[in-house]
Amino acid sequence: MNKEIYKKIYELQKKIRSVEEKISINYKNYQMRCPTHLSIGQESVASASGLALKKKDIAISYHRSHAHYLAKGGSPRKLFAELHGYEEGCSKGIGGSMHLIDLKNNFYGSTAIVSNSIPIGVGLAYSLKINKQKNLVCIYVGDAALEEGVFYESLNFCVIKKLPVVFICENNFYSVYTHIKDRQPYNRKLFKLAEAIGAKSNKLKQDNPYILFSNLEKIFNKVRKNPFPHFIEIETYRYLEHCGPNDDTRLGYRTNKEVEKWKKKDPVIFSKNYLIKKNILKRSKIDLLEKNIIKNVDTEFNFIKNLKKPNFSKIRSLVYKK
Amino acid sequence: MNISYGQAINQALTEEMKRDKKLVCFGLGVNDSLKFFGTTKGLNEKFGDDRVFETPTSENAMTGIGVGMSLYKNPCVMMHQRLDFFLLAMDQLVNSAAKWHYMFGGQKNIPITIRLVVGKGWGQGPTHSQSLQSWFAHIPGLKVVMPSLPSDAYNLLKDSIRDPNPVIFIEHRWLHGSEEKKIIKETNKIGVSKLLSKGNDLTIVTYSLSTLEILTMKKILNKNNIFFDHIDLRTIKPLDMKIIKRSLRKTKKLLVLDTISHPVCSIGSEIISQIYIDKKIKLLKSPILVTLPDVPSPTSTFYSKDFYVSKKNIFDKIKILLNKNININFKSDIGHDVPNSNFKGPF
Repeated sequence: MNKEIYKKIYELQKKIRSVEEKISINYKNYQMRCPTHLSIGQESVASASGLALKKKDIAISYHRSHAHYLAKGGSPRKLFAELHGYEEGCSKGIGGSMHLIDLKNNFYGSTAIVSNSIPIGVGLAYSLKINKQKNLVCIYVGDAALEEGVFYESLNFCVIKKLPVVFICENNFYSVYTHIKDRQPYNRKLFKLAEAIGAKSNKLKQDNPYILFSNLEKIFNKVRKNPFPHFIEIETYRYLEHCGPNDDTRLGYRTNKEVEKWKKKDPVIFSKNYLIKKNILKRSKIDLLEKNIIKNVDTEFNFIKNLKKPNFSKIRSLVYKK
Repeated sequence: MNISYGQAINQALTEEMKRDKKLVCFGLGVNDSLKFFGTTKGLNEKFGDDRVFETPTSENAMTGIGVGMSLYKNPCVMMHQRLDFFLLAMDQLVNSAAKWHYMFGGQKNIPITIRLVVGKGWGQGPTHSQSLQSWFAHIPGLKVVMPSLPSDAYNLLKDSIRDPNPVIFIEHRWLHGSEEKKIIKETNKIGVSKLLSKGNDLTIVTYSLSTLEILTMKKILNKNNIFFDHIDLRTIKPLDMKIIKRSLRKTKKLLVLDTISHPVCSIGSEIISQIYIDKKIKLLKSPILVTLPDVPSPTSTFYSKDFYVSKKNIFDKIKILLNKNININFKSDIGHDVPNSNFKGPF
């Protein structure tokens, strides 16, 4: 891997975290009035996969999708505008945090109902195949997606038709406040379920995003060359509440100890230290990089201050395409 | 040579697949030995496995897959031999297909047509005979089409396929065998109802199977000096209220035959409510709505005789609206349990 990609991965991780922190801090001003699922703690998966995907590749995601949208190239400004309900948002303020889209970068959409976007991604892959395209579809799912029937229905179809699909399963252990141990048998391996349906399947780690990137890049290349569904499980962890800007450990469904354990191996901090330790970037350069990222995020956020209130009468006609 | 409703659908599908090289057709039974009641005959042979294919028994996923394909470059026709199975796909229909264009700010539309066949009689029973057009009509973003005659089936299926939005295309199984001399071609008729006959005594609104009921009763009603405006809705959503209102200004009496639906929140009750709130329309008699009872369909032929709406039931309502006391003994080829005397099941 060249030095540039190391830098890019860290830069993207830091950018996603800064965007999400900006939302978290400002959410309490009550201007972002929609259910918002932040990706803080989960940036490694989005950054590594987003950079391993080519622009032509399609991505589709679920309710916690800010990181995926940004990693595929989505604009922070349009995300902020969407959350604030402005027409300048990526979905004109109609979809909100759970319905992001950026067609220019082939981020085809994220949807709110668990597993809802899975078959849609599979349909896109079927079209790629019959239109003889060489790109793939990356479908982001959470651990709870494997509790929905439509996951198995869709994966089965992918296997029958040998479709260029990579499922990236972010297993953060919780469906809202319910731990996976209360939802699935003890010690079950999620990636084995996908394997049983007939997909190629493995489990990767988020801790070192550089290794994750290189593994994903290999898998993506393989799928583009020989279309076949792949499933990748990656254990990850959200630091903040299921939905909203705060820490919710006080609710008691998880322990401080568990949260601290994950924070200790935070992949954003890992990446930064790695760049310094391996002499890829000097500390002073990293400081400058971070300063610029934060400055850009501030500028993008401030963009919303000059926006006009949108009018409902203008969107009524969007129910049907003329 | 006559053309049947089923043949008209086959012809429309074949022509559309030929016209649009990106159009894809799929569903359980599309390529099986019976070819989806004959309606998909020849498609696979002509257009190949990529564009005409059998699916796993996965209604929800396949609907989402159709949404994904139509998002990319491939408009789809998806089909179910019984509407009841499609209930497994409500997430993809309601949360994805119907909303995609709106919810992402009008950036992408979903050109998908979903053919649903509704059963009746021969013991179809509680879960093989539901006609749930009012569910679908309730959802913004969907169009609902229910043609009664072969020409309309041909024209409206073509319109549905060419429509840039999701269209629910509901076919009553008993219509598949009905015939016309030839197809009369029309285009752009989604949302346009049709006046099938004219008369001053009352307005009868029908769609799908009830249109056929009235067509078979027409001669004998006319013979008994009963003349009526017969409106075939053809489209359930958008509903063409204009044509109904125009007729009611003349006849001032309304009979709505919503005979394959349950009464609560039905298309019939919607029509009557829209008439009632329009102050410009003055009716001489309270409108009458004929539906199935608010009871699921029973299987046994003994029960279903009283469950389904008969010609006598319909005629009794006409008599009430017209204050007439005549008796007609209806004999017809459409019984309560079979579409015609040749029908020997199974579905």
